[in-house]
Amino acid sequence: MNASPAVSPTPAIEVTNLVKTFGTFYALRGVSLQIAPGESVAIFGPNGAGKTTFLRILSAISRPSSGEIVINGQPLGDGTLSIHRQLGVIGHQSFLYDDLTAEENLQFYARLYDVPRPSHRSQEVLAEVGLRERAKDRVRAFSRGMQQRLAIARAMLHNPSLLFLDEPYTGLDQHAASMLTTWLSRLRSERRTILLVTHDLDQGLALADRVVIFLRGKIAWEKAARELDQHTLRQLYFDLVAGAERRFGATA
Amino acid sequence: MSELRKLLALIRKDLLTEFRTKEMISSMLMFALIVVVIFNFTFDPGSRATAEAGPGILWVAFTFAGVLGLHRAMVHEVERGCLHGLMLAPVERGIIFLGKAIGNAIFIFLIELPTFLLFSVFFNIDFWKGLDKLAVIFFLGTIGFAAVGTLLSAISVNTRTREIMLPILLFPIEVPVILSAVNATAGALAGKNWNEISGWLKLLAGFDLIFLLVCFVTFEYVLEE
Repeated sequence: MNASPAVSPTPAIEVTNLVKTFGTFYALRGVSLQIAPGESVAIFGPNGAGKTTFLRILSAISRPSSGEIVINGQPLGDGTLSIHRQLGVIGHQSFLYDDLTAEENLQFYARLYDVPRPSHRSQEVLAEVGLRERAKDRVRAFSRGMQQRLAIARAMLHNPSLLFLDEPYTGLDQHAASMLTTWLSRLRSERRTILLVTHDLDQGLALADRVVIFLRGKIAWEKAARELDQHTLRQLYFDLVAGAERRFGATA
Repeated sequence: MSELRKLLALIRKDLLTEFRTKEMISSMLMFALIVVVIFNFTFDPGSRATAEAGPGILWVAFTFAGVLGLHRAMVHEVERGCLHGLMLAPVERGIIFLGKAIGNAIFIFLIELPTFLLFSVFFNIDFWKGLDKLAVIFFLGTIGFAAVGTLLSAISVNTRTREIMLPILLFPIEVPVILSAVNATAGALAGKNWNEISGWLKLLAGFDLIFLLVCFVTFEYVLEE
């Protein structure tokens, strides 16, 4: 394993020896990771490597079997609600209600996040993602790309300092994917801490300060993104996955 | 105060979604009415057997239609990952439970009224004298049913046989509520006074309180894996 870039004394995310089991199956086998404030980390790995489980535990919607998680200096579990106030999550599911309008969805979430002036803030974020004209339309009528833009608006409503993205490119056409990349680049330039789980090696590398590869519930490899190019990353990733399959059988 | 605002936002969201589509209420209502109509073919209106079985028939209609609604309400939350959206928000899980349970109770109340009217017409029942008692019984019975139903629908929605799993889990636990509600309804329809049905009402209120507290506290563990 290669050395990770230097991290500040108080990491934004500090995970120590995280284990998650489902019955006898080990989804995570002692994952330890530190992420500095403002750092952007891309997590790659084949299906079943434990990436999504890792993100779900960090988001406090799933409990770890053992291990410690500290987010912005606060142990997860002691102050879940205050951590949720600092956290924005964008997944391959939108978390949006089909039969509410774009505006109603955002106002609903704004109220849950105690955002001042929910109506005004909803209009602001709708304008930022270019959906102001569609504010009164039901989400059911939105394309996948528009839904994902609205999901970004939802995640940004409360101006979070931490962003977790779980395969946000799933199902997007090229135009929508390019818009998402532009958005993520902007968020990265604002020095928000970003944890991105993706299968897209090129997109992930372009958006990250550090890349981490998960295999069979463990961190198999990590390196600073600036020390990598697309070709090297691809070669390395496929060698690691193929090696794991040879040793343990197919994982995905 | 902030938690109250969140609770109201949760309830408003459920009502807005449902009144826009009417998907859940219409299927619950149709189901409840069909139950009453079918039982009407079985019993002679005005007979002693009808008077004895009537309250049971009524609560069979309410509970089966209620199960349909509870299931649909939770499936809506899961479909686009909305339940995860709620879990990620800085809201106590107990408040999410209360919001869903109150929403469910409102939908069940809404189908109880027309179902009861049809029932009283078909079974030739004069309910005017006991209307105040029936209102209290329906309220207490529905609260208890919706509280446990909301908790168990959050469990069953993640199982492979979720449509079947909810009634299997729900009905054994709901026995005290249904038993009390049926007996109190029978008393009210028979023209008994408050004192005579107070035992059942106290039992109903007691179970409501226990179920609400237990469900409020345990909802967090049900949502998390």
